Amino acid sequence: MVDRIAEPWGERTPYGPGDEWPVRVDRYLADGRTDVDVDRWVQSASVLHSNGDAMDIGVADGRIVGVRGRAVDRINRGRLDPKDLYGWQANNSPDRLTRPLVRDGDRLVESDWDTAMGRIVARSRDLLDGPGGWGRFGFYTSGQLFLEEYYALGVIGKAGLGTPHMDGNTRLCTATAAAAMKASFGTDGQPGSYTDVDHCDAIALWGHNVAETQTVLWMRMLDRRRGPNPPAMLAVDPRATPVAREADLHLAVRNGTNIALVNGLLREIIRRGWYDRDYVDAHTMGFEELCRIVDGYPPQRVADICDVPAADVERAAELLGTSQRLLSTVLQGFYQSNQATAAACAVNNLHLVRGMIGRPGAGIYQMNGQPTAQNTRETGADGDLPGLRNWANTSHIEELARLWNVEVDTIPHWAPPTHAMQIFRYAEQGSIKLLWISATNPAVSLPDLARIRRILAKPDLFVVVQDLFLTETAELADVVLPGATWGEKTGTFTSVDRTVHISDKAVDPPGEAKPDLDIFLDYARRMDFRDRDGQPLIRWTGPEEVFEAWKECSRGRPCDYTGITYARLRGGSGIQWPCTEEHPDGTERLYTDGVFHTDPDYCETYGQDLATGAEFTEPEYRAKEPNGRAFLHSVDYQPSPEVPDEDHPMLLTTGRTVYQFHTRTKTGRAPQLDRAAPDVWVELNPADAERLGIAEGDLVGVSSARGGIQARARLCGIRPGVVFLPFHYGYFDQDPADRTPRAANELTITAWDPVSKQPLFKVAAVAVTKLADGRGVPSPAPTIGGSAPPADAGVPATVGGPAAEATSGKE
Amino acid sequence: MHLAHYLGLLHRAQVNLAEAFRQVGDAHAEEPDVHHLCHQQAKRCAAYAERLRPFAARYSEDAPAEPDRLHSQLFTGTRTGGIGLLRDLQDLYLMAAECDITWTVVGQAAYGVRDEDLLAVVRDCEGETAMQLTWLRTRMKAAAPQALVVAD
Repeated sequence: MVDRIAEPWGERTPYGPGDEWPVRVDRYLADGRTDVDVDRWVQSASVLHSNGDAMDIGVADGRIVGVRGRAVDRINRGRLDPKDLYGWQANNSPDRLTRPLVRDGDRLVESDWDTAMGRIVARSRDLLDGPGGWGRFGFYTSGQLFLEEYYALGVIGKAGLGTPHMDGNTRLCTATAAAAMKASFGTDGQPGSYTDVDHCDAIALWGHNVAETQTVLWMRMLDRRRGPNPPAMLAVDPRATPVAREADLHLAVRNGTNIALVNGLLREIIRRGWYDRDYVDAHTMGFEELCRIVDGYPPQRVADICDVPAADVERAAELLGTSQRLLSTVLQGFYQSNQATAAACAVNNLHLVRGMIGRPGAGIYQMNGQPTAQNTRETGADGDLPGLRNWANTSHIEELARLWNVEVDTIPHWAPPTHAMQIFRYAEQGSIKLLWISATNPAVSLPDLARIRRILAKPDLFVVVQDLFLTETAELADVVLPGATWGEKTGTFTSVDRTVHISDKAVDPPGEAKPDLDIFLDYARRMDFRDRDGQPLIRWTGPEEVFEAWKECSRGRPCDYTGITYARLRGGSGIQWPCTEEHPDGTERLYTDGVFHTDPDYCETYGQDLATGAEFTEPEYRAKEPNGRAFLHSVDYQPSPEVPDEDHPMLLTTGRTVYQFHTRTKTGRAPQLDRAAPDVWVELNPADAERLGIAEGDLVGVSSARGGIQARARLCGIRPGVVFLPFHYGYFDQDPADRTPRAANELTITAWDPVSKQPLFKVAAVAVTKLADGRGVPSPAPTIGGSAPPADAGVPATVGGPAAEATSGKE
Repeated sequence: MHLAHYLGLLHRAQVNLAEAFRQVGDAHAEEPDVHHLCHQQAKRCAAYAERLRPFAARYSEDAPAEPDRLHSQLFTGTRTGGIGLLRDLQDLYLMAAECDITWTVVGQAAYGVRDEDLLAVVRDCEGETAMQLTWLRTRMKAAAPQALVVAD
């Protein structure tokens, strides 16, 4: 038995370079059940983080009773994240939405599907009437639905209503990953494979607290670190995360200065001859301009901008420059920070100039923050077009028009799809009048929540919310549609490293709750969308039909699914796209031949200026004659839009704990996870705390130009001058009459990266004051993860106890 | 030699553009990207103007009297709302276009007087000015349909 709250990463199974990662099957069955109590196991994968871990759902008496990892799967080899072990219990939560709700004055009242859908359709028809009707609709979806659901939604939006106003909350987590890969390599699509961990001799983690965000990937890294010939490790993070503590070198950079750091590292690598001249000449363009820019970042200047020792910059360059098989992973410390796309591209540059791409161990993970974010991007339910097509390439739009049998100009392609923050701006200004939010909770997760609540509550904005529970967002809706969730519907989704999994229906949804796909298809039917020949635009009735249609849409594109079927996904391991007739078992790594997706007829973008987001035209792009070479984009450091001042002298960064996901819609309803991290906390460096007269557990006020919140203080290893808040905590489990401000996004700034349009969650200026004495009671922060207190702090350890006893081992 | 007049024209156009970027950025603070990028570009324009100063001094001694109607007035203040944003960005576009063509003309003159220092400044700045035009065009293209067709 193992308490996976106390030991989120479980036991080590060390292995050496080039060896196969040993199997370890993790399992948790509730209420003392064992395997013999399980009627059947149903295949699935995780939707509580972005790693894509494969699992089986245990069913007894028509209910989910537990889960186990799938030993056969290439991604996790049986392991599971604690959120997966315990999080499924939220499915059985008594406060699930079981009937549609409609607004009656200031209340939401229970209703039926005909009434609820009738209201949406009546409003839609009214809004569609007249020129510019398309522009009155906005869709804000998720990173947690299934591929089939996104594709159906994408077709409804683009070919049914003809609106470009569709995005996912993937904008908050993964937009920069996509933007950086498009900019450097020509299209989205992860070059590497998780198996690169098995082969690498150095791992660099760029703003990526993988220990808490993708625990199973961290287990793989730790197992290499405990085995023979372990990889060196570099961590770049302002916090003392488990990754930073494990790393051989930790650069606790000042928030918002990533580009200066990577430019400085590139300078050292080039000057010391640690780059691959042949690879650069054959497979990249822009090297001279790169040299010109990075030359302005000698170690001492980097040290001044980033506030790290110059000697550490040199040591980091040596670690990166002398490795033979370098693996990089990038996440929110880069993506949600200042100059996000430029910094993520700079990591791509590092791999390109060293030729560290497309072979075992030499890889890049431009990570995703959410389980199905990859599919939102592939299917065009966010700011991308289906099949990773280029909105500015008319022949790509014509392909979609043929596929859907609609006029080319029905599909909006006059500009990139509207990004989430702009959708909310149009709603604020009143030109978007219907906002349909599916499986996400912007009233807790978007920046500057007071503004978001004000927008959602506007009387002239008709808000549809599709969710499992009455979230903070659903409270403000005009119609609430009860969705079925993971385990209650069938569909597919894809991990960071392009591995496609199926998730089969294990049990019926509660009450009248419906799969999100059924809801979208019902809307399409009721709206009676037609194709060019007057036939119904959408004729699908179930997920497998949508998947087959999606395969056609993906044909010939980087994310080619044509060799995958539901049947092939069942029983074995997930399969990596592209998977075609020629590559029936999928493709482990992209760009193995150094030929990138930059051909003008194939690429997903004609490029942008990384400093402003200015879009280049097709002739400008063609004139560069990329010929399959990758782009080395380089820009100078510019300070963040918001920097500390006298009134707000500290920097706020936000993030996750290992025990919670997003706004706790599910994990807050799983007892073991809820108890491990029950309430918000604020992390302070002990030196800052002493100056402010704050001790462990004291109640602290944190305020920015947008608002203020209260949280108990955790004194720990965050860099001086910076405070950290977990963004998970909203208000659904507080008394509605007596809500204490505690959501981190009350404080964050409405600002975004000019290219990826990803909001800047890591760089708000805040003031911190003590509000009340904690009387020696420690903050509710877990003692595991980035919030770990110093060993002598006397804070009781976070444990799960008997309720969290799981099994783990070889089978 | 009339180069000084064109340097004066360009200097004033860059100063005016910097001020217009600042005003538009402030007037549309609720469009965070416009606000942030306008202020960023304002700083750049002001810096370009500064870089021209020594050359204006260098050539002013040889300059005859300034010709009539040398300077143009393209900006008379900001507007509000969706169409207001579009019009303000359009003003910026026209002002940046004036700078753009003036850099070209000054660059040609720099060749004529064999002034390598001035040429280096022109090379740095004309590319950045062209990028400002591209950004303004990109932003206006995205905003136009909603502002002109959809908004009440």
